[in-house]
Amino acid sequence: MTTTNAPARPLRVIVAKAGLDGHDRGAKVIARALRDAGMEVIYTGLFQTPEQIVQTAIQEDADGIGLSILSGAHMTLFPLVVEQLKEQGAEDIVFFGGGTIPQDDAEELKRLGVREIFTPGAPLSEIITFVERECGKRREAVG
Amino acid sequence: MFGAKRIDRASGLGPDVSPEYRELVERWEAKADRTPPRAGKGSGAVDRTISDVPLKALYGPEDVAHIDLARDLGVPGEYPYTRGIHPTMYRSRLWTMRQFAGFGNAKQTNERYHFLLSQGQMGLSVAFDMPTLMGYDSDAPQALGEVGKCGVAIDSVRDMETLFDGIDLGAITTSMTIKGPAAIALAQYIVTAENKGIPRGKLGGTLQADILKEYIAQKEWIFPPRPHVRVIVDMMEFCTREMPRWNTISVSGYHIREAGSTAAQELAFTLADGFAYVEAAMARGMDVDEFAPRLSFFFNSHIDFFEEIAKFRAARRIYARHMREKYGAKDPRSWQLRFHTQTAGCSATAQQPENNIVRVAFEAMAAALGGTQSLHTNSMDEVLALPTEKSVEIALRTQQVLAYETNVTNVVDPLGGSYFVEALTAEMERQAEEYFAQIAEFGGMIEAVEAGFPQREIADASYRYQRSIEAGERVIVGVNAFEKPDETQPPDLLKIGVEIERGQARAVQGVRESRDAAAVESSLAALKRACAGEANVMPYLIDCVKAVATEGEIVDAMVSVYGRYTETTQF
Repeated sequence: MTTTNAPARPLRVIVAKAGLDGHDRGAKVIARALRDAGMEVIYTGLFQTPEQIVQTAIQEDADGIGLSILSGAHMTLFPLVVEQLKEQGAEDIVFFGGGTIPQDDAEELKRLGVREIFTPGAPLSEIITFVERECGKRREAVG
Repeated sequence: MFGAKRIDRASGLGPDVSPEYRELVERWEAKADRTPPRAGKGSGAVDRTISDVPLKALYGPEDVAHIDLARDLGVPGEYPYTRGIHPTMYRSRLWTMRQFAGFGNAKQTNERYHFLLSQGQMGLSVAFDMPTLMGYDSDAPQALGEVGKCGVAIDSVRDMETLFDGIDLGAITTSMTIKGPAAIALAQYIVTAENKGIPRGKLGGTLQADILKEYIAQKEWIFPPRPHVRVIVDMMEFCTREMPRWNTISVSGYHIREAGSTAAQELAFTLADGFAYVEAAMARGMDVDEFAPRLSFFFNSHIDFFEEIAKFRAARRIYARHMREKYGAKDPRSWQLRFHTQTAGCSATAQQPENNIVRVAFEAMAAALGGTQSLHTNSMDEVLALPTEKSVEIALRTQQVLAYETNVTNVVDPLGGSYFVEALTAEMERQAEEYFAQIAEFGGMIEAVEAGFPQREIADASYRYQRSIEAGERVIVGVNAFEKPDETQPPDLLKIGVEIERGQARAVQGVRESRDAAAVESSLAALKRACAGEANVMPYLIDCVKAVATEGEIVDAMVSVYGRYTETTQF
């Protein structure tokens, strides 16, 4: 699945859980799938604040952040991460997410700067392809 | 533990077969060997259950030859209760139709309760929101964006009063799905009832309270495992003395399954959690027959029909055996595993959500054939958002059709004696016993949980399952087969707006300003002393609630003694 001009250092992705949401099945499956696809994955664990998530991404020099929310708090927490990325000058980090997120909310979040929202049933292969493509572009741009 | 060897013809389920029958079977085997397996969609998993238990194409007497009718099946209403805990089961009494509900604020949820009761629901079941479950008030920074989303926000006894406004707490039973702050919710319920003149001894209901599964699966904890278990034992002791109609713990496998476990893991880890509470209460010096009759269980009903039925039947048999043989319980009620069932949220799909109605119907039927005591059927749109009133009504009607039209309720344990179901029931028991042996090597379930053992097993199973879907070995209709590419979501999803959060935050601030601050302070100080010492914390919690201390304040007081748990993360 990797492209021919793949970077030497593997892509690095943060898989994050925010707020009080303990549903971590999806986040863990995605983390493993991205790792099995050859990426370096850092799973933040539960109950992170948007600040903590963005800090971790910057400290780890991550190419992407995947945020998982199944508690219904997505319209609050996703925009806060976008805001933090802007504030920290880290908008180049590919920010995507998933969870039980209704279609119209997902569209609104994409308008606000979330690159992609994956909802229940999204194939792992689709998520991997997206992350490889978008984070790969980011890596090329940032170097 | 319960050795299985071939038994004689008179006592066995599988009789010795005649030469004529043996010849027929050999002929079938020859034909079966020549017949190629089905190809195409989902054909990769024809030889195993959804939990990867290997399946034969046909089961016969040889598969149940080790099953002793008296020892392993018995009759309904008698040890080991494989066929049900009541002699005539649904002929004498249907399961309780109990839909779990809660969203927004107490007033909105109270309206939903009145609706459900008017539609024929038989008991209430409270869903709390995330901040309430984690011990934060609605105006805490941690609560941002979560208030009223996954359930109802309850900050103080004032909210609890609103929640049950116009409902006779002496006549109804209430189940409360809350773990970390379970003892606080119970105190709020008691004070709410007593303010209305209903004594605590008359209250009937269930607290979920099962904290061990939080570390394993649901992740809504507050304190570390040991102090949490201590508070639970305090509650068991208190209820034994003062609340004869209250079920203290609903030991829950539901969330273990939702986190991606197999059926056998759900069965084994849930029962192991239950036994850990039994051991903790016995270590406190309580007599097992004093508290065990009021323990109950809560299982998931997933989409693999026969595996689920086998799981329910095995659960009863394992529990009865352990309670009698290992823990020395003498009261038959201590041997009976009573359980609530909820259909599998994780089997529902966001794609073509109407299909979930069908899934729920099958899962509900498995629960009925498995002998459940109460049932929640999921609504078709729960995978997208909180359920609308219409979809909740369909879910309840699904139970009513099952109970009143299909006639599956007319005969007790109708699948008992099925070669397949009995073999699978025995296999479930075998796998659970294998897990019990592994857990014993850790020194017990609390130690196994602290070591992350069940957590790891579940994460592995969940990844294996997802891979089998990705590989197309298994089909999920509408997801990896029979998709509708241009599908749009139903427009009428229920959403909880920010005004609920703001209103609830203002309300709890108003509560704090309008009470006797000194009474709050002294009740919280007394609670801290009780937590640090040996005294039962329940009376102190009731005092805090009477003084209108908020849940967040009470939890903070307890955290100052017990600390907050943090998980060692693994994936």
